[in-house]
Amino acid sequence: MYKVLRKKVLTDTGVDRVILLDIEAPLVAKKHKPGHFVMLRIDEKGERVPLTIADANPETGAVTIIAQEVGSTSKQLGRLEAGDHILDFVGPLGQAAHYPEHKHVVCIGGGLGVAPLYPEVKHLYQTGSHVTSIVGARNKDLILLESEMQEYSHEFYIATDDGSYGTKGFVTTILQELIDSNTPVDLVIAIGPIPMMKAVANLTRKYEIKTLVSLNSLMVDGTGMCGACRVTVGGETKFTCIDGPEFDGHLVDFDEQMRRLSMYKDKEKEVLIQEGCGGANGCQ
Amino acid sequence: MSVDKRARFIGREPMALLEDELRVRGFSEVALGYTEEQAISEAKRCLKCKNPKCQLGCPVNIDIKDFIALTAEGKFIEAYKKIKEKNSLPAVCGRVCPQEEQCEVECIVGLKGEPVAIGRLERFVSDYALTKEHKKIVCEVSAGKKVAVVGSGPAGLACAGELAKLCYDVTMYEAFHEPGGVLMYGIPEFRLPKGIVKEEVEFLKEAGVKIECNVIIGKTLTIDDLFEMGFEAVFLGTGAGLPYFLGLEGENLNGVYSANEFLTRVNLMRAYRFPEYKTPVYVGNHVAVIGAGNVAMDAARTARRLGATVHIIYRRSEEEMPARKEEIEHAKEEGIGFLTLANPMKVIGDEKGYVKEIVCQQMELGEPDESGRRRPQAIPGSEFTLPVDTLVVAVGQGPNPIVTQATPDLATNKWGNIIADEQTGATSIPGVYAGGDVVTGAATVIKAMGAGKIAAAGIHNYLTNK
Ligand SMILES: Cc1cc2nc3c(=O)[nH]c(=O)nc-3n(C[C@H](O)[C@H](O)[C@H](O)COP(=O)(O)OP(=O)(O)OC[C@H]3O[C@@H](n4cnc5c(N)ncnc54)[C@H](O)[C@@H]3O)c2cc1C
Ligand SMILES: Cc1cc2nc3c(=O)[nH]c(=O)nc-3n(C[C@H](O)[C@H](O)[C@H](O)COP(=O)(O)OP(=O)(O)OC[C@H]3O[C@@H](n4cnc5c(N)ncnc54)[C@H](O)[C@@H]3O)c2cc1C
Ligand code: SF4
Ligand code: SF4
Ligand code: FES
Ligand SMILES: [Mg+2]
Repeated sequence: MYKVLRKKVLTDTGVDRVILLDIEAPLVAKKHKPGHFVMLRIDEKGERVPLTIADANPETGAVTIIAQEVGSTSKQLGRLEAGDHILDFVGPLGQAAHYPEHKHVVCIGGGLGVAPLYPEVKHLYQTGSHVTSIVGARNKDLILLESEMQEYSHEFYIATDDGSYGTKGFVTTILQELIDSNTPVDLVIAIGPIPMMKAVANLTRKYEIKTLVSLNSLMVDGTGMCGACRVTVGGETKFTCIDGPEFDGHLVDFDEQMRRLSMYKDKEKEVLIQEGCGGANGCQ
Repeated sequence: MSVDKRARFIGREPMALLEDELRVRGFSEVALGYTEEQAISEAKRCLKCKNPKCQLGCPVNIDIKDFIALTAEGKFIEAYKKIKEKNSLPAVCGRVCPQEEQCEVECIVGLKGEPVAIGRLERFVSDYALTKEHKKIVCEVSAGKKVAVVGSGPAGLACAGELAKLCYDVTMYEAFHEPGGVLMYGIPEFRLPKGIVKEEVEFLKEAGVKIECNVIIGKTLTIDDLFEMGFEAVFLGTGAGLPYFLGLEGENLNGVYSANEFLTRVNLMRAYRFPEYKTPVYVGNHVAVIGAGNVAMDAARTARRLGATVHIIYRRSEEEMPARKEEIEHAKEEGIGFLTLANPMKVIGDEKGYVKEIVCQQMELGEPDESGRRRPQAIPGSEFTLPVDTLVVAVGQGPNPIVTQATPDLATNKWGNIIADEQTGATSIPGVYAGGDVVTGAATVIKAMGAGKIAAAGIHNYLTNK
């Protein structure tokens, strides 16, 4: 059993809710590196789901996860309070992000992608890279970890679809401006919804700027045992949980990923309906 | 129905089977086991050979003659204890051992008729003992030394059991949330009830073995960490969990599963009770399973129980099928179709990206190859299409790379299997031992157990002389 040490609601617009939990898992906290994730199962009847480690404190043994309430399991996670317990919590999984010397790194986070991006931004900043961060969301209310990101970025930009905050437009609008201003960029890291990562990769491909993306494939075990998380990268099948989750954005078959992620859409609805959360906005 | 089944077992006591119609409606165990009378009468068929060949066929060298003699006298608990001297998981082995290739193939009675049903007797006395006898490993003086066992499949369970008998302080680490390895996530309930596996695990706990689930060695803790934590030896029984695919066009379409994923969703995560249990599985009306080993039969029979019509697709002929004969028979009784000499060519999807059909090519048998099996070759122009909603690929597994990637000093062969001494289980790192599927590649429960036992002896020897 893994204890919930702290809970915080990061966003609650009535439609979108994002929560942060600190879970007591000292072994995971000790081994965590940016890019890692955990698999958790809330209770006996629960499914195993992957979540990125947003932060970890080796001293207190706390592992921070940030989840967007999109379906049954994440909503159940959102109902937990400090003092509650999670049945299973295993990690850290995946390959840690690996940065060979990069002078100027542009870190792009879309929506919830900011959560997994944040530990990487912090790490890059602390190890001497020049960090430009671009954060995008549908509107102002959905911008996550703004002050944390700002603290560890040399340049910081915000883009919202509706213009309610920062630049009106997409993260690629700002990236294009940066490239046009002739600022040399050594590496782009983009984490967010697949259409965003695909758009960023398409843009940087033209300028031959190395681009890493982090995939959120469907997973069951997270240890290379099932192949549920497979993805085509450069024409080869890879397992996201052991070969990733970060891959070269110029080589990933995003359309296949998108399709595989929607595999259980009908079943996911079925669970929500069973729980009485089948309405437009689900159980809030 | 039950009458013609008896006919197949002329000579030996027949095993009652669940009726075909009941089987495909649930996950209850299919083979129902012997009654006391049946067990005694079957045991009496044994000739008590002077040089019992059967024993040589058993990878863990059970004193088969003796346990059968005790069974014939109705001394079931004593018979059980006799088996336990050599085999720590008899209720499991009695069910899933390929007896027909191991102990029973050597039985002298088999020369003229049907061999003594050693596996069924082993199962009977174990089931009997599970209900009647509170088993206990008692160790007199603690050896005081800590040993870590990594992986809780048959290899790990056997190794931990042996080490507990020798009074070591044993901690078993398991990546999954439940111990048991393939016994838990792979082999389905209808062939091996999970209660039996849990019972064996409880037994180890009572003997003082600590079990830590949700710990991945190579990620959560490294082998170096284990030594720093005071463990003086480590056993690696991490299995062959990495599923192979064929590399076919369309293999990543929605609805194409590895057998591991399909079976894990259904068995370990209980997707057959979705949505009460939250893990979904997608099974349409038509399922095809590629491959013909035990894993393929398990996947096919599982899909059948989830309501689909099912076909096995196999490149060679029925004679070459690696699955146990009994499993192939059960699959047929349950209405599973067999497309033999059929080579999968590509997978075709619908406009939404779900698998729609599989294209195969008909093969014929040519000259024997190096393995002595006749090599299948394609019949030109024989392509055919099978409509499917779900495709399960069951063409084998390799070793999981997590431990070896995190431990560069650990020597492996070209397939990534850990290299371990056959006599002791020792690897290239002093104090680190290995056994089971991670060493041999996908094999059998009893072989993995045997390797776990050998490594326990190797570890004991190493720590005694250290
Ligand atoms: C490496 C990795 C890191 C992730 N990090 C985060 C994170 O930090 N925060 C966060 O909110 N989400 C993260 N996700 C996604 C998260 O796992 C899903 O949102 C979650 O599983 C949804 O479950 P649900 O029951 O609430 O929703 P459901 O209604 O069951 O599913 C909603 C959608 O979530 C995805 N999903 C469902 N089940 C799984 C599964 N078993 N594995 C992966 N995706 C699934 C599918 O796209 C699905 O359509 C990550 C995924 C991966 C692979
Ligand atoms: C579907 C199926 C049906 C089968 N049917 C039969 C049959 O009828 N008869 C028969 O004799 N054999 C059968 N087999 C084969 C048999 O199950 C295996 O040979 C046997 O289980 C191997 O045992 P093992 O202990 O080596 O590995 P496993 O049983 O694979 O156990 C390995 C364990 O180690 C854990 N692990 C892996 N990596 C790590 C890590 N880094 N840290 C911690 N834990 C880790 C895994 O989660 C797993 O629990 C079948 C196999 C399958 C898949
Ligand atoms: S363990 Fe397996 S091989 Fe050995 S006697 Fe029992 S059934 Fe036969
Ligand atoms: S070989 Fe057959 S008959 Fe002889 S002892 Fe063994 S089981 Fe009995
Ligand atoms: S999640 Fe099972 S192999 Fe990656
Ligand atoms: Mg879900």
